[in-house]
Amino acid sequence: MSSTQKVKVAFNGTAEQEKALRSMINEHKGQAGALMPILQKAQEIYGYLPIEVQEIISEETGIPLEKVYGVSTFYAQFSLYPKGKYRISVCLGTACYVKGSGDVFNELKKILGIEEGQCTSDGKFSLDACRCIGACGLAPVMTVNDDVYGKLTNDQLKGILDKYAD
Amino acid sequence: MVNIKINGVDVSVEEGTTILKACRDNGVRIPTLCWLKDVNEIGACRICVVEMTGARSLVAACVYPISKFDEGKNILTHSPAVLESRRMTLQLLLSNHERKCLSCARSGHCELQALCRELGVDDELLFEGEKNHYEIDTSAVHMYRDNNKCINCRRCVAACGVTQGIGVIGANNRGFKTSIGCAFEMPLAETSCVSCGQCIAVCPTGALSEKDDTDKVWAALNDPEKVVIVQTAPAVRASLGEAFGYPMGTNVQGKLATSLKMLGFDHVFDTDFGADLTIMEESNELLERIQNKGVLPMITSCSPGWIRYCEAYYPEMIPNLSSCKSPQQMAGAMIKTYWAEQNKIDPKNIVVVSVMPCTAKKFEIGRNDQNAAGVPDVDVVITTRELVKMINRAGIRFNDLKDSEFEVPMGSGSGAAVIFGATGGVMEAALRTAVWKLTGENNDSPVEFTEVRGVKGIKLAEYTAGGVTVKVAVASGLANARELLEKVKSGEIDVQFIEIMACPGGCVNGGGQVIVPADVRNFTDIRAERAKALYGIDKENKIRKSHETDDIKSVYEYLEKPGSHKAHEYLHTTYKASGLVK
Repeated sequence: MSSTQKVKVAFNGTAEQEKALRSMINEHKGQAGALMPILQKAQEIYGYLPIEVQEIISEETGIPLEKVYGVSTFYAQFSLYPKGKYRISVCLGTACYVKGSGDVFNELKKILGIEEGQCTSDGKFSLDACRCIGACGLAPVMTVNDDVYGKLTNDQLKGILDKYAD
Repeated sequence: MVNIKINGVDVSVEEGTTILKACRDNGVRIPTLCWLKDVNEIGACRICVVEMTGARSLVAACVYPISKFDEGKNILTHSPAVLESRRMTLQLLLSNHERKCLSCARSGHCELQALCRELGVDDELLFEGEKNHYEIDTSAVHMYRDNNKCINCRRCVAACGVTQGIGVIGANNRGFKTSIGCAFEMPLAETSCVSCGQCIAVCPTGALSEKDDTDKVWAALNDPEKVVIVQTAPAVRASLGEAFGYPMGTNVQGKLATSLKMLGFDHVFDTDFGADLTIMEESNELLERIQNKGVLPMITSCSPGWIRYCEAYYPEMIPNLSSCKSPQQMAGAMIKTYWAEQNKIDPKNIVVVSVMPCTAKKFEIGRNDQNAAGVPDVDVVITTRELVKMINRAGIRFNDLKDSEFEVPMGSGSGAAVIFGATGGVMEAALRTAVWKLTGENNDSPVEFTEVRGVKGIKLAEYTAGGVTVKVAVASGLANARELLEKVKSGEIDVQFIEIMACPGGCVNGGGQVIVPADVRNFTDIRAERAKALYGIDKENKIRKSHETDDIKSVYEYLEKPGSHKAHEYLHTTYKASGLVK
């Protein structure tokens, strides 16, 4: 078992999405090595690859669920978690990192109770790391959707998150 | 043929032979960790590296096929560069390994430990860096996974996914964070793991192990209120000796019986009795199904791993399963009813312990509808390996023991019963009795049905007796079982009777047998070697048909006849679709 904590975000897939998923998988039936394109297109349909989606992929392809999951966790392009209503992105580029963005990132993990790439269980905040956004003069920098926050310190973080109360 | 040199010595090998095999054939053992013949040839662990003339770096011997372009090259298997590389690999593995060897289930039989000793890698001079910490998955009834001891060799993944065609475990995440586990990190118990234990049998370290139930046995043995009865499966006697230095395939039945008496069991019975009883019920059920146009093909139900597989993966074939309990459960049921009544003992005070080659048997005892006397038919299952632990802890010098017999009743088995432990054995045993019946109970009916013997994954045969033709199929290993079942479903194969054993080769190669290190496993056919012991016992047995033993004759004075109401109540069971994650 992995040491990473589990956060469960409610699955809100629609009937249309499921129909699109199943017919897409059908197009790849019997094709060797189809798991990668199937996962890529499934992520296009849903935005991420939760267990509900991976179970359909496993059922339709006959590939054990564990293998589907193994591939989805091997590649960084796949996400098991949806993006939150507010997408937090902390720059871990060289300048920001030297200026302490690593600490900011860790503090956010602690406050939100999630790991990199995950989403809080209420679907509100997701947390990602990014590389340079071209605002090195403001290092360390993070963005919340389109809002940019610079010269960050850990004690500012709670106040910033409180702005996104709704 | 290609002419090469191994450590400067001229040898000639067939083109396509791997360096590993070429060296082995010429007297050089190259250590391996990840390599498992035929199922896990991934060249990942880099322990088997060798130096080769002209190669720009060390090459992995396990996956390097020697070609005509290698003509004249020299392979160095223990040069300073080779040994230093192997040592470095071990040091790196140990840097992220929980080195609690004293408390480890595999200590003394650990392939990693043995290699470290061989190459002089110890607790000094290790790399200290980040370490992964994993929770131990103890969710399953039969085993646990401790990834802190895992070296990511993927042998278990291959055993589960390739050999068994199941694949509930695999490699998750990437790089340093790679770990072996189930989908979405769910506990093993929530998946459709069938408890076969083949993953444990191939694990080189202590990452995978059966749940140790020996303390329960010691507690029962030390409880003066309890009558403690032990039964041992046919396949145990074909493997137990390996733990005490006997060659693979040695029959140690006599010493096994003595060691159990020495351990303090009140009665030492033989599951062979349960096997004979199974044949009586199962052959009767088969002939009834054939005569009354019941659901066919009928499939054997002795292997609890196979039963779990059927319930999860082929629920539509549940009606095809024989309703017979397995031999262990039948023996337990008769001990707690028939034998308890005869001996005027309250079944609640009887503890039945089974020694089994199987980890799925630990699951089977907790199944529904396995309690003939209102209490579980069997109370504790220990594997062959756990019995070895008990024998050693008790200070019993197994090799010095005198042979003795199992007790009667329930200690005598026919030759038919003992071959249950090998693939095709249940089929052959059932045929011995079914053909006897079909030929008007002619005692000269045939004994040996050799077409169903051997380690082939799927075997087909056809027999005619008394005007009835019975077509049969035998499969062992669940990937083979799946192949057979698909052909049966499509109509490509049309048979009336199928034997399926979850483990390749049957119980002799069960997940609870004595661990065979890869170094031996990869170059010996465990299935065939251990089966020889059982066929040897059968050949020497005066009684080779289940219906001929005295124990069976007297037990049917109690049960009336095979398939009777009482037999159904005590000896048959039910199944249901599991619906677990595949």
